[in-house]
Amino acid sequence: MTAALALGDDALVLSHRLGEWAGHAPVLEEEVALANIALDLLGQARTLLSFVGDEDQLAYLREERAFRNVQLVEQPNGDFAHTIARQLYFSVYQHLLYEELAAGDGEFTDLAAKAVKEVAYHRDHAEQWVLRLGDGTAESHERMQNALDALWRFTGELFEPVEGVDVDRHALRDRWLTAVSSVVERATLTLPTGPQSGAWTAGAGRQGLHTEPFGRMLAEMQHLHRSHPGASW
Amino acid sequence: MAAVTADQTTQGTAGTTDDADAERLAAFDAAVAADDRIEPRDWMPDAYRASLIRQMAQHAHSEIIGMQPEANWITRAPSLRRKAILMAKVQDEAGHGLYLYSAAETLGASREELLDKLHAGRQRYSSIFNYPTLTWADVGAIGWLVDGAAITNQVPLCRCSYGPYARAMVRVCKEESFHQRQGYELLLALSRGTPAQHEMAQDAVNRWWWPSLMMFGPPDDSSAHSAQSMAWKIKRHSNDELRRRFVDICVPQAEALGLTLPDPDIRWNEELGQHDYGAIDWTEFQEVLKGNGPCNEQRLTQRRTAHEEGAWVRDAAAAYAEKHAARPGSVGAAAQPVEATA
Repeated sequence: MTAALALGDDALVLSHRLGEWAGHAPVLEEEVALANIALDLLGQARTLLSFVGDEDQLAYLREERAFRNVQLVEQPNGDFAHTIARQLYFSVYQHLLYEELAAGDGEFTDLAAKAVKEVAYHRDHAEQWVLRLGDGTAESHERMQNALDALWRFTGELFEPVEGVDVDRHALRDRWLTAVSSVVERATLTLPTGPQSGAWTAGAGRQGLHTEPFGRMLAEMQHLHRSHPGASW
Repeated sequence: MAAVTADQTTQGTAGTTDDADAERLAAFDAAVAADDRIEPRDWMPDAYRASLIRQMAQHAHSEIIGMQPEANWITRAPSLRRKAILMAKVQDEAGHGLYLYSAAETLGASREELLDKLHAGRQRYSSIFNYPTLTWADVGAIGWLVDGAAITNQVPLCRCSYGPYARAMVRVCKEESFHQRQGYELLLALSRGTPAQHEMAQDAVNRWWWPSLMMFGPPDDSSAHSAQSMAWKIKRHSNDELRRRFVDICVPQAEALGLTLPDPDIRWNEELGQHDYGAIDWTEFQEVLKGNGPCNEQRLTQRRTAHEEGAWVRDAAAAYAEKHAARPGSVGAAAQPVEATA
């Protein structure tokens, strides 16, 4: 069940990061939007993890090395531009992937058919903000470009094969690149040019190799549950 | 319905300005007396307008400051189900803030101006949010007691004389009731859980009970705005009346929860048909209102910081909107309209 775990962990971890924004967003409407996206992702995570086993046991009692999410989603929020760059890269990927899964007849068809509507909204939200920040002020332009550059090296991992997810990864990557390039260009920004993945940069989250901030994120997420073994909540 | 419009009162009034004012005031008073709703374009006394702006702004501020003590536990919620419930609740609170700022804007205030006043410490928010959430059970205690007190306060506001406020309250109360039940259910799960969980629940109730009673405001004999607010039918019941009603609701609920309320003086008063309860520490209340509560500094600082750190984002959105307003077609053209899933 590697696939459900991989997709479920992606959604769980990104949802958690977005939850950290509550009470800190730049404008009240974004409090609503970020929480809304976090909730959608948490819903997807719960469904996917339940395919594998008990959702809480999987979320709260696995160690860092057992998580199968891509490193992109575990990256700290940074400033609003970093959060939006992470959302753009991930939601475009997730939207394209779920569209394809929804059209197929695999085990994720039903989940993908429901989630694709949510993810279309996430994608639109991210694209709109990339446009506003890229084509806003000089400061926002610079911040948005920095964020796109900083997170670029985590994007290659999105297209690593996942056992049980039956899609053409190369075609997916091409469509992702076309979509992201188009938004970046319309936002008057430049598509980053560095390497997208590799052992020397990033890209082993699916094997349980994560970046350093992830351990602290899990420590916070899991501590209460782990402090009361066997309790129900 | 609109009681009387400004246009109607000015038309055909041949007398002096004083006469016209007296006539408008009489029409306003008659509308309030008849339980008509005052609407944004109706004439209203300046003091009524100012009093409503003050109350609605404070109410909106309470919703957004109130996100903080609960958001404090989002990243530590002990199950995914509870995490989803808490995220949805905090999201609702941001939404309530938005309704209430919109309602206040119908009176001529702007959200920016009201937020500036909050950040400058010139407008208040509910004293309750200056207490810390120290354990997970606090999330349940806030749902049960704090939302419970808020509902007791707000249900009568659904009949408030000012239409936009009353209508906002109808929507807010529906969602608050849902949150309140979820908080109660959270505490019930803890109370019936392990001994450590039960203890956690009792400790939270002990810490939140008295601050919740303070949410109804000062006692009737020292409440500055009460008499006028009641005359204008902004308020329908006195602070003490609502507080007592809340105690009467909570006593049997605490019993059902298997938890005790930290007040040895609570007992049923057969003669009055209500509960007596112990003395509230009004010194503590005054200190918290003055800014000396445990979290006043932290709450305002976080709010100011979020606002200041978000300034470049709001500036970018404004600059983008301005650039693209000049080029119709390019604004929406960027967006593929999709159905919102919220």
